[in-house]
Amino acid sequence: MASFKPTQIPDLPKLGEKITEDTLYWKNYKAPVQIKEFGAVSNIDFSPVSPHNFAVTAFTRIHIYGPFSQEPVKTFTRFKDTAYCGRFRSDGQLLVAGCEDSVVRLYDVGGKAALRMYKGHTKAVHVADFTTGRYQILTASDDYTCRLWDIPNAVELTAYQEHTDYVRCGVTSKLNRDLFITGSYDHTLRVFDSRTEKSVMTMDHGQPVESLLLYPSEGLLVSAGGRYVKVWDLLKGGQPLVSLKNHHKTVTCLALNSSGQRLLSASLDRHVKVYNTTNYKVVHNFDYAAAILSLGLAPDDESIVVGMTNSILSIKHRKNLEEPKETSKPRRRPSYRVFMKGKNFVPKQDDYFVSKPARQHLAKYDKQLKRFNVSKALDTALEAWLRRKKPEVTVAVIKELDRRGTLKNALAGRDEEQLSRLLCFVIGNFFDTRFTPVLATTAEIVLDIYQCVIGQSAVIDRHLIHLQKLLEKEIYYQKDLMEILGMLDTMFAFSLLRKETAVAGLPECHTAAANVEIFKIVFEQSTCLYT
Amino acid sequence: MVEYGDIRVVYRGGSKINFRKPVISNDSRFLLCASGESVKVFSSVTEECVHELRGHTGQVTGVLLRPSNHLQVYSCSTDGTVRLWDFTDGILVRTYVVGYPVYSIYASLNHKEVVFIVTPVQSDKRTELFQLVAVNLPQTPDQLVEARDLSAVLSDVSSNPSTIAFGRGGEYLASVNNLKMEIYFFKKNKSYSFSLREYTKNGGKNTFTCIACHPKDDCVATGHDDGKIRLWRNFKQKKEYTYSTLHWHHSAVSSLCFTPEGTNLLSGGVESVLVQWRYNQENQKDFLPRLGAAITHVTVSPDGALFSTSHSDNKITIIQSCVKVSAVIQGLVKGENVTTGLLVDPRSKALVLNGRPGHLQFYSLQRDKLLFHLDIVQQEYIHEAGLEQFEVVRAAFDASGLWLATVEERKQKSAELELNLKLWSFDEQTQSFVLNTTVSAPHEARITAMCFSQAADSQTTTLVSASRDGHFKAWQLGLPAHTDDEGPSWSCDFVGAYHGLVPRCCCFSADGSLLAVGFQEVVTVWNPTSWELLTTLSQPPGDVRNLCFGQLSCSKYLLGSNNKKMVCCWNLLTCSLEWSTSMDVSLLLVDSRSENMAAFCCQDGSTDLFVFKPSEPRPLFSQKAVCSGRVIHAVFTPREVMLESSEESSQWLNRSQLYFLTEFMDLLTFSTKAEEEKLMASSKQLVIDDTVAMTPFYLLLGKHRHEHLGNEESAERTPLPQSSVAIKELLQTPAHVLPATSFLCSMFAKSLLISVTETSHHCFLSSSVSVVQISHSLYRGALSLTFSGVFWCKSYKEFKFYPLKIAS
Repeated sequence: MASFKPTQIPDLPKLGEKITEDTLYWKNYKAPVQIKEFGAVSNIDFSPVSPHNFAVTAFTRIHIYGPFSQEPVKTFTRFKDTAYCGRFRSDGQLLVAGCEDSVVRLYDVGGKAALRMYKGHTKAVHVADFTTGRYQILTASDDYTCRLWDIPNAVELTAYQEHTDYVRCGVTSKLNRDLFITGSYDHTLRVFDSRTEKSVMTMDHGQPVESLLLYPSEGLLVSAGGRYVKVWDLLKGGQPLVSLKNHHKTVTCLALNSSGQRLLSASLDRHVKVYNTTNYKVVHNFDYAAAILSLGLAPDDESIVVGMTNSILSIKHRKNLEEPKETSKPRRRPSYRVFMKGKNFVPKQDDYFVSKPARQHLAKYDKQLKRFNVSKALDTALEAWLRRKKPEVTVAVIKELDRRGTLKNALAGRDEEQLSRLLCFVIGNFFDTRFTPVLATTAEIVLDIYQCVIGQSAVIDRHLIHLQKLLEKEIYYQKDLMEILGMLDTMFAFSLLRKETAVAGLPECHTAAANVEIFKIVFEQSTCLYT
Repeated sequence: MVEYGDIRVVYRGGSKINFRKPVISNDSRFLLCASGESVKVFSSVTEECVHELRGHTGQVTGVLLRPSNHLQVYSCSTDGTVRLWDFTDGILVRTYVVGYPVYSIYASLNHKEVVFIVTPVQSDKRTELFQLVAVNLPQTPDQLVEARDLSAVLSDVSSNPSTIAFGRGGEYLASVNNLKMEIYFFKKNKSYSFSLREYTKNGGKNTFTCIACHPKDDCVATGHDDGKIRLWRNFKQKKEYTYSTLHWHHSAVSSLCFTPEGTNLLSGGVESVLVQWRYNQENQKDFLPRLGAAITHVTVSPDGALFSTSHSDNKITIIQSCVKVSAVIQGLVKGENVTTGLLVDPRSKALVLNGRPGHLQFYSLQRDKLLFHLDIVQQEYIHEAGLEQFEVVRAAFDASGLWLATVEERKQKSAELELNLKLWSFDEQTQSFVLNTTVSAPHEARITAMCFSQAADSQTTTLVSASRDGHFKAWQLGLPAHTDDEGPSWSCDFVGAYHGLVPRCCCFSADGSLLAVGFQEVVTVWNPTSWELLTTLSQPPGDVRNLCFGQLSCSKYLLGSNNKKMVCCWNLLTCSLEWSTSMDVSLLLVDSRSENMAAFCCQDGSTDLFVFKPSEPRPLFSQKAVCSGRVIHAVFTPREVMLESSEESSQWLNRSQLYFLTEFMDLLTFSTKAEEEKLMASSKQLVIDDTVAMTPFYLLLGKHRHEHLGNEESAERTPLPQSSVAIKELLQTPAHVLPATSFLCSMFAKSLLISVTETSHHCFLSSSVSVVQISHSLYRGALSLTFSGVFWCKSYKEFKFYPLKIAS
């Protein structure tokens, strides 16, 4: 006597994005805090010292926010025009910012008025940064120059005039106080050494360069411009390593996470993409409401701050994992003794074993199927939590009933409430491709059985009309897809034809129909050639 | 060397054991059933076949215990004889020649030395009419007896043996046929007939299917086509009969049986549920569900302890009093259609083919025994006629036996085809196949062929499946895509097509470097690593039916046969046709151990076999008319021990054996004379000691026996006259400390035997008679004496019941 074989719940392929460690990590952020700024947020810079405040440059102001505050802790407003690129020094004491009026201002983080003003540029200064030596400032401007300034004396030390277009980005080396790199709209990246007169290395990005990023080891340089993100190996003399094209609008900003394992790029296409720095594959993607201009990542990835063109600053904080543990008390489990009771009994030599047959545990619907209670089994499978949480179980039971040839019996004889529940389930899951074949037969049988009661209940009628509308929509989609497929086929055929004609040396033809005909002939000829 | 080479076709394994009702011996230790041209005696405990009673030349159609001697059994056959056997020793006692084909046999205690047989009516040429005939068996000591004393009892009976039953130890006999029941009283010599209308009001069919008579009461139970059971009473008068109806079965009742005391009625049908009805309390019933397949016969042992059910899947289940299945005797399952073909499991060397619905059966050819069933579909089988269920249609093993691929399909009338491709990996721990991957809907249409890459040493193996949708797909074992997946699973690697033609067959070369796919009339050769089309081989028109690569030294050849009666051999080095010949080959297969190939040709109703090497023009072996009908599947199975034969025509059988399946589902093979001799020699040595059941009582007594054995050995060593010691031991020790007499008997008898030689059997007989007369319960021990010679055994049996009769 064989035991009852329970209904098989198929292990269906999971739809949607795949769950990886990265998705788990990057999804573990709270809902964003949104702060309205006065204009487009052009730059975000985190203070390198605790408590890691961050400076947000927007329109004519620079706001400094604390790590958890929604109000700015400090505001710098003494700009004549739009401010650019407010950045902290490595000790977090000083802050430098460029401005549309070509003056570079230096502030004490505690003070209000500018400590120093550096005048010399003739056009807007979009780049300002401290060098590692702590006493010099790098600036780059739309007048095609980049300059080094002495902080205490406010004197220009050197000026480089090698770029032939606006210089919009630049970074200083954290390891060498003399090295800095600038990127310009003339498509080039230039590495400068302040000890020499000229740039020491030039790389061609191919697009106006918008952002630069140096790896902590400073062996690799990342540049963003146009739709491309490119990685350069500086130690190999600026050799291009990878070119990434994952955005469909200009990439505006780059960031590296605290471990240095993930690279983030933000773009005007409203996405932030996370790359793995070993294979440069996109591992995660964030969506935002508007085009992104600036991006900042707090140390230890505690928060992600994004500034957008619609002057909204979005701050996402990491979820704290400790919180739920404190609230829920661990339930006391039965002691170890309970489980071990009688398990360590050692039988004597002459003892006769009486084996107890293992009881087969069956789900409720399986028990009902075993007794051939088909209607009840379907009712059980349509219980609220099962049909919502595990629709595959419900579908598997319906399929099993169909296999047994009793689906019609199970579906028949239902009242309004039961029928509407069934129709709800069918409508909800009809276009899940995994369930469609089963639910289509179910819907057919339901229509066959309950044809006569249409018009008697408003609820049922509403459901049926909904189902009909859904079907019409789906048919329309399918038609569209078929058309696209046909277009694609023609295009593929055409592109293949070019190649084949080159081989076979046949004259080109112009009409699409003739192309396809020739393609067939060419293919047959080439297969003949093979033989 | 002896001259071998006499090759003949023999039936191998898998004869039907569910053809007729089995018989359980009086002591419930043996179960006898008709199986082809012999009667098989199975042990009801160990499920082993103890004896095979051979001698009939036609199909055995009935087995019956002799009412006057429960150690003897009658068997009847279509060859027109009734034979009497001693089944414990497996000896033919007597043959009664009736002269007409016998379809079933009955006997009762009231009619001594008379058996009732069903034979066709001779006067009528049509064979549909049968009559029940009483045969007087003449009591002569001859081996071969003519039994011509026939007298007709009933005419117009059914040839189905379950439609006739004897009531109350033979007072009356009841027979049903279609819609009529006839009850014949022997004393009154009168028969009453009762008939039913064809359809009841509800439309159920009233046709009788089987009958059973209550052993104590005047009650007859009949089964009907619509699943009803009717209990007929008071049928001694024609007018005043009554019947009550029991209804549980949803389709025809195939078998009915009363327990020997008449307390219960057993019934079975296509539902594969054994139903036990309480007699007189019919609303109480017990069920034993899910017995595996439709029940065809139900029998009860004479002591009522064991039930046995025969099933449509060639299986006999032994059940202990409707509670527990204690043993299952399983023969080779033969469905209507073997769709998977014959396969050989490379690991166990077992033959693999469709078994029960949704299962694959593994059948050991060496031991002629079904090893196990592998559940492929893993769904509850609903026993209902007309229900479309999943069926295993294709299966393939890889070269190492590590992977098994199966395809199951279910076709409904309206809905689309449901296909599942399953890949099973062999688990060393459980020693069975474990499901690895399920691919639902691998193709859009039926799969026509499937094969694994045969290279044994390659790390990754490839599976290729060809389908009617015009594509073939290559499947490969890939690493898990996610971190949370358990292990590697199979996924599609390549989809190939050729001009929208339908691929019919596919084949890998021996080293796995080439794949040949036959697309209707074109053979394409592909490279399985880069999946590029290497070449196409066109041939004279005709759809390619079979394709196979040569082996070993002939691996440069590719052979194909088509439906226009052509066999072609291509040389793959030159990509040209090497030779072709006109033969209507239905099946072409290759021996993996040698270069040999076998081709089965179908010609006007019979099949010819050619065995050849692709490189040689002359066939190695050919036989016309191997069997009647088409050969549908065949396979070469490697031998465990190589034969050494110098004869040229039988050399091809040295390394492997050729098994084939005809369209009548007969499994046949070729055997040489040397092999048969070897088999005969080994079967003689076969000794089975399973006559005592393993009960707690046996365990207690077994210890005694072992002690005794030790005593005997020491006794034999002493030169003293043991006989006197044994007799003294037996007679002088108090009776209550002695073990069972049956154990002492053998010792006692042996002590008497000590001086007896071969020449003095007859003088010993008198003493053995005295042994038997001491206590008839001793005969069991005396049986174990190792005498040879039929005569003694026969006469001994005669003696055995002599004292019994005196006692009664």
